[in-house]
Amino acid sequence: MTPSSSLALLRRDLGLSLARGGGPVLAAGFFLTLMAMVPLSLGPEAQTLSKIAPGLTWLCLALASLLSLERLFERDYEDGVFDLLRTGPLALEWVAFLKCLAQWLGTGLILSLMTPVVMILLGAPVGVAGWALVAALIGSFSFALIGGAGASLTLGSRKGGVLIALLVLPFYVPPVIFGAGLMQAFVTGAPVSQALSLLCAYGLFALALGPIAMGAALRSALN
Amino acid sequence: MALSLVVDALSLKKGYRHLINDLSFFVAPGECVALTGANGVGKTTLLRTLAGFIRPDGGRARYVDGVDPEESVAAQAHYLGHAEALSPGRLAGAELDFQRAFLGGTAAGQAEAIRRLNLSPLLELETRMLSAGQKRRLSCARLIMARRPVWLLDEPMSPLDTEHRAKLAELMQSHLSEGGLIVCAVHDPLPFEVRELRLMAPAMETVYG
Repeated sequence: MTPSSSLALLRRDLGLSLARGGGPVLAAGFFLTLMAMVPLSLGPEAQTLSKIAPGLTWLCLALASLLSLERLFERDYEDGVFDLLRTGPLALEWVAFLKCLAQWLGTGLILSLMTPVVMILLGAPVGVAGWALVAALIGSFSFALIGGAGASLTLGSRKGGVLIALLVLPFYVPPVIFGAGLMQAFVTGAPVSQALSLLCAYGLFALALGPIAMGAALRSALN
Repeated sequence: MALSLVVDALSLKKGYRHLINDLSFFVAPGECVALTGANGVGKTTLLRTLAGFIRPDGGRARYVDGVDPEESVAAQAHYLGHAEALSPGRLAGAELDFQRAFLGGTAAGQAEAIRRLNLSPLLELETRMLSAGQKRRLSCARLIMARRPVWLLDEPMSPLDTEHRAKLAELMQSHLSEGGLIVCAVHDPLPFEVRELRLMAPAMETVYG
């Protein structure tokens, strides 16, 4: 009973985020626009751009991941869908995790696929693509889970969007450091294993604590 | 599985205000309790507590089966509240499919729900196009799609037309005759025999701290 319930919820949430435009298109457009502004604001010298491309791309990835967080739980909260979800067979922690997973599949995955392309367009070496993709996948997944915790904490407060950003951005710092560090290490020829392990460790940290935090926050918001 | 509901010295607060003080009652399988009382007296809060959404401030509500009346089992409840749990942009049919799969219902149950609640004309519509009564009928479908012994209903009749009020009453009666139990907040009397539980405001007691 549980696998089919999980699958049903995942499919519904994925459908919701894809069907109503919003999510992926908005985030991808935001990401691209932000990156297009970089050469305009910093000047078109290839030397400068290729140097800062990895770090800036990671910063923009973090910001783009923030965009759809507000709608992650808010919609179902307002429609009363959580009353239905809570009478189902799944624990609230698992429900929250599945919602984050659907969010990531709909938005984070697409942003991750765009990351190496954008990085190379800004002048990073082409060889960086592989690691850029791997790092962006792990990073955006941690962004989704940590962001979910922020979204669940602000549930029920009107206009929680900015509040989510304030709560969540400090926790986006480690993956930005490790992810950009990984790129830097690759470009300078240093071993990438250190940054990669730290990035993975942070991903596992988000995976372990995110659902528990979301479950607790949702329970208190939904009484 | 026939469940009974045992409520023991239950106390509920909303903010600093006592809603319910030391309430005890018992609902046997096949019995329907109608919660009545003025607006704001705590009917919805009580129902949400029985559904397990709210932790009581004192006492407890538990479900027991016939085998061991001391051992509480997990509530197998449907909760139908004021919010209909429908996403406005999705087709009514897609919502039914999701609810059936999520709650572990059967395809036969879904077909039966569509037939008994006369839902087939609604399935191709987005749920935001539906009227309040149509939405309520869609919500009631999950009572039939996934069978559960406990129904917690919050003013289920209010948006329905006369014809569908009779249909829902029929559904409730057949649920009771199969050994299910119902706790139902109502303002108008139900058209079958129920036990009334009238909630009174506890003299607007206020607690600080």
